[in-house]
Amino acid sequence: MIADLSLANDFGQILDAFWRGSLGTSSALFSGTLVRAIPLTIVGVGVSLAFRAGVFNIGGEGQLLLGAVAATVVGLLLPNKVGAAGIILTLSAGALAGAAWAGIAAVLRNRFGVLEVISTIMLNFVAANLVSYLVRGPLQEPTHTYPQTDLISAAARLPRLWSETRLHAGILIAICLSIASWWFLTRTAAGFRVRAVGASPSAAGISGLVDASSVTARALLVSGALAGLAGSIEVTGVTYALYENLSPGYGFSAIAVAVLARLHPLAVLGTALLIATLETGALGMQRDAGVPSVVASVLEAMAILVVIGIGGRTGASWRWRKRRAHAGAEA
Amino acid sequence: MSTEKPERASPTLELRGVVKRFGAVTALDAVDLTVERGSVHALLGENGAGKSTLMRVAYGLTAPDSGSIRLFGQDRTGGGRPFSVRDAVRAGVGMVHQHMSLVPSLSVVENLVLGGTGLFRPGDAEALLDRVSGESGLSIRRRVLARDLSIVEQQRLEILKALARQARLLILDEPTAVLAPSEVDELLRWIRAFAAGGGSVVLVTHKLREALAVADDVTVLRRGRVVFVGRATASSEQSLAHAIFPEGTRESSSFPVPSVGDVVLQADALDVIDARGVRRIRSASFQLRRREIVGVAAVEGSGHRDLLLALAGRQPVGGGTLRLPQRVGLIPADRERDGLIPEFTLTENLALHALGARRGLMPWRGLAQRMTELLKQFNVVAPSASVRARSLSGGNQQRIVVGRELEQEVDLVVADNPTRGLDLQATEFVHARLRDAAARGAAVVVHSSDLDEVLALASRILVVFDGQVKEVAVDPHLVGRAMLGAA
Repeated sequence: MIADLSLANDFGQILDAFWRGSLGTSSALFSGTLVRAIPLTIVGVGVSLAFRAGVFNIGGEGQLLLGAVAATVVGLLLPNKVGAAGIILTLSAGALAGAAWAGIAAVLRNRFGVLEVISTIMLNFVAANLVSYLVRGPLQEPTHTYPQTDLISAAARLPRLWSETRLHAGILIAICLSIASWWFLTRTAAGFRVRAVGASPSAAGISGLVDASSVTARALLVSGALAGLAGSIEVTGVTYALYENLSPGYGFSAIAVAVLARLHPLAVLGTALLIATLETGALGMQRDAGVPSVVASVLEAMAILVVIGIGGRTGASWRWRKRRAHAGAEA
Repeated sequence: MSTEKPERASPTLELRGVVKRFGAVTALDAVDLTVERGSVHALLGENGAGKSTLMRVAYGLTAPDSGSIRLFGQDRTGGGRPFSVRDAVRAGVGMVHQHMSLVPSLSVVENLVLGGTGLFRPGDAEALLDRVSGESGLSIRRRVLARDLSIVEQQRLEILKALARQARLLILDEPTAVLAPSEVDELLRWIRAFAAGGGSVVLVTHKLREALAVADDVTVLRRGRVVFVGRATASSEQSLAHAIFPEGTRESSSFPVPSVGDVVLQADALDVIDARGVRRIRSASFQLRRREIVGVAAVEGSGHRDLLLALAGRQPVGGGTLRLPQRVGLIPADRERDGLIPEFTLTENLALHALGARRGLMPWRGLAQRMTELLKQFNVVAPSASVRARSLSGGNQQRIVVGRELEQEVDLVVADNPTRGLDLQATEFVHARLRDAAARGAAVVVHSSDLDEVLALASRILVVFDGQVKEVAVDPHLVGRAMLGAA
């Protein structure tokens, strides 16, 4: 009996820690969870676009890091008095760098038939090591004490939405991108080409006269640009400097975000918030209740498995699941 | 499972009172079917009559709502556990689907033993292939990948797979739909020989002539019910056609040959290369004119597929010149892979047409209206334009493809096997539309694996043999010889 009670007690304490770490206090919500949901949303939207086109971009993490590097370089070089143009320049640099990093995989895919799943994963490692090198070498802060860069110019920083919190203007960008991507996929001819190529490259090519390889290459580039943008937003909105482990695996969690959202850009807003809540809540559990934060990873994985399981029964249409061999749908 | 001893003369397959419902639709309504040992049983019926569903029940792919299954005299209905594919295979049933189920990247031998148990020993597997191939008389190249096999060889491999598992009842679902005439004869002869050796065959087909030529018994299904059972010798094409379509088949009326118009397509010394860079058509020269229907006759693997795609502007030209008109309609051979996106709605599938050149926003509202109009105009049985293409039957899917490609004025129509797998009415419909397109001023190029269909439609015939294209008079005899490369 006593053991049971104490367990129940512990359980309540753990839930409380989770709640206070994620949504329960305004500082957790506005400075932790929502801030974390921003890169998850933006990379998640990019992953959704690529997956919709049938390109499995697993390299969001690397593209995000390259975006962060580019934003840091521009941010360090910018003079303090350039105004809003500074922000735009910095973010654009991040997006371009992310697109370029994804572009390597796009070229490998279209020229040499290298699977983007492999190349983008590999490029993640290259990007992580590149960051390690830069923050210990060419970009290290002037005193050469810490493995990080100097702080970027004030002109390159995103404004905060509320002064007491860390919530920055990036959340508006994330919401806009999610809506814009949904509009693009459902309303524009180019978006419909993306969906058609993802659903059936042969039908898109033969019946629609669509150049499938150029559509997939562009989807991969845009997906990389979004991840790069997320990296630059992280630098200009949160860290103001580049260092190792700048991203706690945003690029990977974003794949979970996209899959949970069934590749729907609007649903990504919700699933990004869910995953961010799980992650910040788990950190709270670790901090205040001593529960290992890997529990969050387990929960994330379970959520994805459940969604994939449900998808399997209702037959959602991603190319992951090959069209079932329908033996004689006709008689 | 009962342990009673099978009697000597008990039938191979006995289905009694099989009922299967899908939602509100009754696919099979108390169907009986008896396949005797050493016999060929033809199963006929229009699209959606329930032929495939019935065969799926016999093969354990679909569990019936009620009814009994007896194989080789033993009750297999199953008490607690439903009859499964594994049970069917163990009992000696083999099924060859209309769409082959080989693994393209595996070799012939690997495909043969796929799904077996225990260790894979290449030597044993090759010996098995030799034995089965020798016993059955079906020869096949051994050391190639399945994807490099021709359609005929793929089908042979499917049959060999079944025989390797000691199948004594073969279910062949539309096996001749993909074959050229000479190949059909060969297959039918093989089927007779297999039956003469004590095996049994269920032949699912649309083709009355084939059924009568090869079968001992015939069963006709209509809307899930058996409407005719009898000996093939006691049946005629007419009586079977009447059973399939009680309203009677319409004779294809002779139509006046229209005066042809100006040239819309001109090929001079045209070479066509395929995706792998192989030259499939060499130095072809011909013209297509408005208001004519030109038939393309060829046996599988002659290069005609690539020619048709090139004529539709879908495949690159390797040499020579090809002058194409602006507006081309294409009805591809494989509608589920190339013609439609099954997961997309009908409206979205309509929007697929000329998608590559579309700019700006998608006019969804207008497209949906056009699709709704098209459903009426083409008598498509579909609840609305917003259902998925997958939910339609093959015949209705094909009406969508044909409707989409011919909805607007076109200068050229390219149709590759436009009636494959369709019932008589749907076939008539497609033919009428092609004639209609020609009458309205388009040049129509049509290929069919069924030579009779080509001959019935075309006013000129181009024969493709081994990459060479030449014009042949509209005469079955001459065309048949040219298709096989005879002078």
